[in-house]
Amino acid sequence: MSTRLATGGRLLNKTCALNFTFNGKRMSGHAGDTLASALLANDQMLIGRSFKYHRPRGVVASGAEEPNGLVGMGEGAKFEPNQRVTTTELFEGLTAKSQNHWPSLVFDLGAVNTKLARFLPGGFYYKTFIQPRAFWKHVYEPIIRKSAGLGKAPKDRDTDKYEHFYAFVDVLIIGGGIAGLQAARAAGQAGAKVLLLEQTAHWGGRAPVDGGTVDGHPVEAFIENTVSELQAMKNVTLRNRTMGSGVYDHGYVLGYERVGDHQPGAAGPRHRLWRIRAGQVIAATGAIERPLSFAGNDIPGVLLASAIRDYVVNYGVSVGDRTVVVTNNDDAYRTAITLKKQGLIVPVILDARAEGGGELALQARELGIRVENGKAIAKVKGHKRVTGVEICAQAGEGAVLEEIDCDAVAMSGGWSPVVHLWSHCGGKLNWDEANAMFRPDATRPPTGADGEGFVSAAGAANGALEIQELLKDADAAGKAAAKATGHSPKRKAAPKGEAEIETPMQPVWLMPQGAHVKLRMKSWLDYQNDVKVSDIQLAAREGYESVEHAKRYTTIGMATDQGKLSNINGLAILSDALNQPIPQTGTTTFRPPYTPISMASIAGEARDECFQPLRKTPIHAWHEENGVYWEPVGAWRRPYCYQKPGESIDEAVNREVINTRKSLGLLDASTLGKIIVKGPDAGRFLDMLYTNMMSTLNPGRCRYGLMCNENGFLMDDGVVAKLDDETYLCHTTTGGAEVIHGHMEEWLQTEWWDWKVFTANLTEQYAQIAVVGPMARKTLEKLTDEDLSAEGLSFMGWKDYTLDGIHARIYRISFSGELSYEIAVRASEGRALWDKLMQAGAEFDVTPYGTETLHILRAEKGFIMIGDETDGTIIPQDLGLHWAISKKKDDFLGKRAQQRAHMTDPNRWQLVGLETLDGSVLPEGALATAEGVNANGQRNLQGRVTSTYHSATLGRGIAMGLVFGGPERMGEVLSFAKLDGTDVQAMIVDPIFFDKDGEKQNVR
Amino acid sequence: MLILTCPVCGVTGEETEFHGGGEAHLKRFGPGSGDTEFHGYLFTRENPKGVHFERWRHNNGCGKWFHAARCTMTLEIFGTYLAQTYEPPQHIKDAITAKRPGWKWREFS
Repeated sequence: MSTRLATGGRLLNKTCALNFTFNGKRMSGHAGDTLASALLANDQMLIGRSFKYHRPRGVVASGAEEPNGLVGMGEGAKFEPNQRVTTTELFEGLTAKSQNHWPSLVFDLGAVNTKLARFLPGGFYYKTFIQPRAFWKHVYEPIIRKSAGLGKAPKDRDTDKYEHFYAFVDVLIIGGGIAGLQAARAAGQAGAKVLLLEQTAHWGGRAPVDGGTVDGHPVEAFIENTVSELQAMKNVTLRNRTMGSGVYDHGYVLGYERVGDHQPGAAGPRHRLWRIRAGQVIAATGAIERPLSFAGNDIPGVLLASAIRDYVVNYGVSVGDRTVVVTNNDDAYRTAITLKKQGLIVPVILDARAEGGGELALQARELGIRVENGKAIAKVKGHKRVTGVEICAQAGEGAVLEEIDCDAVAMSGGWSPVVHLWSHCGGKLNWDEANAMFRPDATRPPTGADGEGFVSAAGAANGALEIQELLKDADAAGKAAAKATGHSPKRKAAPKGEAEIETPMQPVWLMPQGAHVKLRMKSWLDYQNDVKVSDIQLAAREGYESVEHAKRYTTIGMATDQGKLSNINGLAILSDALNQPIPQTGTTTFRPPYTPISMASIAGEARDECFQPLRKTPIHAWHEENGVYWEPVGAWRRPYCYQKPGESIDEAVNREVINTRKSLGLLDASTLGKIIVKGPDAGRFLDMLYTNMMSTLNPGRCRYGLMCNENGFLMDDGVVAKLDDETYLCHTTTGGAEVIHGHMEEWLQTEWWDWKVFTANLTEQYAQIAVVGPMARKTLEKLTDEDLSAEGLSFMGWKDYTLDGIHARIYRISFSGELSYEIAVRASEGRALWDKLMQAGAEFDVTPYGTETLHILRAEKGFIMIGDETDGTIIPQDLGLHWAISKKKDDFLGKRAQQRAHMTDPNRWQLVGLETLDGSVLPEGALATAEGVNANGQRNLQGRVTSTYHSATLGRGIAMGLVFGGPERMGEVLSFAKLDGTDVQAMIVDPIFFDKDGEKQNVR
Repeated sequence: MLILTCPVCGVTGEETEFHGGGEAHLKRFGPGSGDTEFHGYLFTRENPKGVHFERWRHNNGCGKWFHAARCTMTLEIFGTYLAQTYEPPQHIKDAITAKRPGWKWREFS
């Protein structure tokens, strides 16, 4: 059993006990524990189930590489699935639940899959769920969906806070082990601005566990001294609990700081996303130990040798009483020695190397540990817990020589440098044959804006695994990075590290090397996704020779741990199956993040009202106080309608339409784009932008214009007013203001840069109010004595007025067919004018109206709306707007495009009005069906609805649509398909439904 | 995320401050041009592995358009220059030649 030892546990504060629960069971640990060490201290070896076969799973590692120990943590709004127990610091009141089992962790029905493993090989899904096709939707999809995903998604809204933080440094060092510390010191002493990130809560990495000396002192003293030295340097910042998540273009790096995970309830954010720009990045990210592939290597109790050592030294926890050590290198002997010195039993060290180990092996023997060279594990015995191992010769096929009882196995297949951050942005790797590992190729680093490398690797991440080389390497990396950022490194020798000399490791990709298929089927590579040696070999046989294909076919390395333990072993097996060297197989692509980061940290503070700032017109507050029903229009909020008490939305809209046509309506039109175009060439410029002629406009007059892009498609429309000889004011649609301003600037800056024109977007500088209806003039005349008569301000004219002390520019333009004035005032006076108009209009039953009434009024008049009648594929000719396209101009944007064969095709659908025979409202976007079917077996179409409303004025549904041969087919009845499967009949009519002669705006 | 220097206002900023605008040095074809020319102008674009000339706008800054000479493989920036030109200036071409001898892009080299 696993238990807490009487001594050891250098990271613990044993005077501080912490209570937590696992699956509702009360347990206790100490401050300094990880959830993993605390669970082991409570003999909780079984922590979860694997994804595919629901095999029992216990922790296999002690750090970020852990594939098995995933739990759901917290309750309600604080719940979070897939939390790694090895990187979760214990806190008082922590609640954790195991995942991926039913009905319970101990008794899991899904484990039947493991009995069916023969029938669930690699590529199972691809092979099984193909036929019959009719099963796809209602049989296979529900099965796959039910088994998909690991852990449960939280249901409640996250109540924690998250934030972003920006940092700019010369040298960023990722990894606070002894390599990172020494690199930081070397760079810091040179005067560079240094940021050092460490993902755990502790400095020094695994050096204190592995031992060794620096300049004659224990490595722990070196760590302590270096950290205090760095803390004293003003140009150096240290951050622990912060992972270097990803390295991106031009020195951009994301750091992920877990500020509050270990102290829930504390003030401040839970996670902080560091957005760092660094001149040089040093990846001092260490190395990860590889598992060995032998049968039963997934049974709880089989751990990495380094992890077993970590649990003893760091947390005073023994994983088992009797631990068999199996290795292909010297380092694992350290685990055996550590266990033995703690008084625990190591029945045997199995060294797969025929020659055995060096100095460390000698030490182990001197301690009385039995060491067997050239031996291997044939099979681990046990189910939910290791009960023993069968021993065989590594060179053979697995004939059992001896059985040994034990309750833990410490395995070591050698070490893989953590090259993720080196590789994220394109750093290349070399295969190191002697150490059987990929290591960074310093001649092919990721390159920055200047074409020079900006990432280097240091220490174990660079392949310098032993302390002697490691410190020299890190010192050189720190100095080089400081130099590359313009600093002068001190001429100071690197500290001298010393430890036992290790004899070379020997690659062991399968144990025993000739293992027969029954053993290979039980030799796990990917513990979380249940990929075994036999699956990779099957993939190779079935032709998945590319490592990227084999990965996706078998799902190796696709679990939440992204193959930190499994990838190298997997590609070695694949290479062997393909009879090619490992570098020829290559690696899969390393992608950020290094370990999963919370989605909320990516969002940071951009949530709720901060997600996108709301744009408010100067009259926003009045709307809010008067029953507004909002409609989001881009980042604006516009009133859709105003509801009176007890009124439905439809009733409100109908009232607004009727009252405006009958007497007086008010519209807040402040969101309309207003762009000033000024200069000697302004007229010439607008002639290029609009399809019609703008340069002939006289000051004091307005003209409606259409704007197309170079493809010929309609992009915006609006009224242009000429303010003086060189100045125009272009109104755009609400959504178009910024886009159209950008469009103007683009053409001015990049094509007609010699034209003398300036533009300015004054949308927010003005409030604009439309005063609409037969009583509009009478209302305004109450606010001014100036001439507002039909002659004094004629249709499509504008003039400046003073309305009860407010300076106003009044445009007599109409988007409703009514007598209508659009009044622009300074934004600061918008609300005052609105109040005055409400007061002046009271005797005419003034009715503020919203966007829906605006739409209905324009549709009754057959006016188009950009975004309804247009969708980016519509040219003005489709909408019967030939009158607004100049034939005199040699050129305008879109003219050449509109001459293309497809644009002049008489078969293009054309705008018409549509009237249902039964008076109902056509569904939005409804399609008009035609005889027959197309090549895909779908019904042929002959038109579609673009705008559809209930017209209160006319008492029935009206619509506009694009129809094949439209204008020539007046009076024909089309059939429109409704969503409920029935059809509705509508007649093709003139799109002007109301006041065809335009008399209503001529009120005298 | 790239870092670019706006040659108009001189600010060096992150990619989020800018907006890419596709290939630089396009020649506009309008009314009177043939179908092939016009199609080429609207739709045919270079897609090189290596040296490329692009339009960018400093849209969260001074708002000006400019051009960048860039390597699409290594993301190296050879230089940025004003958009009001029909071809890359000599010092930009020299900077590219120094790093990528023998480069060629459309009619430029």
